[in-house]
Amino acid sequence: MNFLAVKFRSVSDRIARAAGLDVRLLGMLFMMAVIWLTLDVLTGGLFITPRNIFNLSLQVSVVGIMTCGMVLVIVSRHIDLSVGSQIGFIGVFGALMQNAWLPIDGTSTWWITSLAMLGVGIFIGFAQGLLVAYAGIPSFVVTLGGLLFLRNAAFYINSGVTVAPLNETFQLLGGGLDGTIGVFWSWVVCGLAIAGVALIVWRSRRRRSVHSMAQKPLASDVLMVAIWAIVIAVFTATMNGYKQPKTDIGMGIPIPVLILIGVTIVMSAVARKHRFGRHVFAMGGSSESAELAGIDTRRLTLLVFMMMGLLCGLGSIVTTARLNAGASVTGTMTELTVIAAAVIGGTSLAGGIGTVYGGIVGALIMQSLESGMILMGVPTPLQRMVLALVLIIAVWVDTVYRKARRA
Amino acid sequence: MTALVELRNIVKTFGGVHAVENVSIDLAAGEVLGLLGHNGAGKSTLVKILSGVFPADSGDILIKGQSVTIRSTRDAKALGIETIYQTLALSENLDCVANLFLGREIAGWHGFMNDEAMEKKADATLNRLRLRLPLLSKLVSSLSGGQRQAVAIARAIQFNARVLIMDEPTAALGPEETQNVATLIAELSNQGIGIILISHDIHDIFGLASRLVVMKNGRLVGTVNTGDVTKDEVLAMIIAGKVPEARQA
Ligand SMILES: Nc1ncnc2c1ncn2[C@@H]1O[C@H](COP(=O)(O)OP(=O)(O)OP(=O)(O)O)[C@@H](O)[C@H]1O
Ligand SMILES: [Mg+2]
Repeated sequence: MNFLAVKFRSVSDRIARAAGLDVRLLGMLFMMAVIWLTLDVLTGGLFITPRNIFNLSLQVSVVGIMTCGMVLVIVSRHIDLSVGSQIGFIGVFGALMQNAWLPIDGTSTWWITSLAMLGVGIFIGFAQGLLVAYAGIPSFVVTLGGLLFLRNAAFYINSGVTVAPLNETFQLLGGGLDGTIGVFWSWVVCGLAIAGVALIVWRSRRRRSVHSMAQKPLASDVLMVAIWAIVIAVFTATMNGYKQPKTDIGMGIPIPVLILIGVTIVMSAVARKHRFGRHVFAMGGSSESAELAGIDTRRLTLLVFMMMGLLCGLGSIVTTARLNAGASVTGTMTELTVIAAAVIGGTSLAGGIGTVYGGIVGALIMQSLESGMILMGVPTPLQRMVLALVLIIAVWVDTVYRKARRA
Repeated sequence: MTALVELRNIVKTFGGVHAVENVSIDLAAGEVLGLLGHNGAGKSTLVKILSGVFPADSGDILIKGQSVTIRSTRDAKALGIETIYQTLALSENLDCVANLFLGREIAGWHGFMNDEAMEKKADATLNRLRLRLPLLSKLVSSLSGGQRQAVAIARAIQFNARVLIMDEPTAALGPEETQNVATLIAELSNQGIGIILISHDIHDIFGLASRLVVMKNGRLVGTVNTGDVTKDEVLAMIIAGKVPEARQA
């Protein structure tokens, strides 16, 4: 049994590697396909519809944006438990800004508040990062304190009263009826994205030939671009296929989803292609070795928490805009969803291992299960119980996989 | 002639342990200095002070006669001091190329790395050093002890060191690789690089070092010219902690 599993894995590994594909990612995508098909059957065909996929991608954006940061936090062998409370605090802050300090209908109000919210996020990350990196307090403790502090600060700054409504331009950042870019621009984005993928692959081939290094077979690169093109086009068609209520006008890609895609691309590049990401992985693998190699691990830790704060600010903008209100309870338990998404996506809590795209797939799996269960009418407590079990099983599967890999 | 590096009256204690007690050594350009002593004699502690791993409690470091302050490994590297640590200090979760360039990645636009350039340069370095590695894209965690040592050696010398500290560099190498490293040490010293070579094995060190420093229990036993002593006399220095009559360099 075990022998067969090993045999199967080694064969599938070799095929995938020959095609230049990532085995882990394929495994996760396969799992997601199974989950989607199962949920579609269980909900009687309600799951895989433009309407549901549209809502799903809208719902996943906030968790996805923050998961991108959480992956790097966990890779650096830290944790940030305060992200949910950050969402709440920054949201109330931004809403107050629009209602108490700035003219709510002002034309600049939306971007001034947005920048301020990002700034508050960076500042929170800075404060927590200082305590972790320079005062040497474990991140678990610092951010557990942050969770409690910020949630109650969110309550305190407006005595627990929800602040609403918000600036209308700002609301677009949350998606919703008008918060999409429409059919035409969705196709434009689709075309640009496909061209972008082709360009990246072509440039990589050219760089390798300039350095006269071994190339992947041309067919495998072409296949890669083709697969991406199909995925992007199908996604766009789906978003355009969801019609505005009582009309025949397609919705198009929601703005939060565009933000998520942008964040994912940037953070993947930072993690894999940028010095900063390289150093984060080195530090997570062995902080001592990284220090001996000349990396300033304290400054790096500070930057990791500031980056997480920035993404919390962004997540808060999207949630607050979508709810059209700043409420002190917004984002409650989000830290668990975000950490679970990162871990389900293959980020190792022991540090040094993880991928941004894995975290995004993890977030999609969590969100799919949740919205599938909502469609099926599963009561909320039971939903949460199932998600908890999924998290534990995912980590267990991952542990087994890694052990087998090493043996 | 001023020495390339001079350590003067270095003291380092850990809690109550006197790891290094008032030790002074010097190193000339192009010289191979052997550092010998029992386990726990304080060899690694002494050189780590020069590499910037931790500061000395007291004492001075001089480079070409100039007093310098080394607060971190970054400071040491900036002064051209490279170290192969006894523990190798590699990042197991990264591949060989990433390890070779860790902290000094070749990067272009806003710090985005040029992987191809690094891979190519790594390949060239390893060839030049005659160190054999299977695949540069392999994770260090999947390498053998000797292959890891090769990575650590290549990492230390590819950035034009002036001073090279090697803390037991050949402990995990086979006879052929050990021979290659010996040749390499000779070549590097010909290029004018000062080398501090730490080893337990006096046979290894005898053929390479021109001078030998012996430490015991954190203290300097003595410094001798390799040409003036026999292996047995050096062994006696290590064990008994006494310099043979009329051999002091
Ligand atoms: N980081 C540390 N913290 C506390 N004590 C230490 C530390 N590093 C070294 N020591 C102590 O200092 C003394 C000298 O250790 P050091 O590592 O310098 O010896 P060494 O000569 O390199 O030995 P070996 O040949 O075994 O490598 C030992 O007694 C050791 O226990
Ligand atoms: Mg030692």
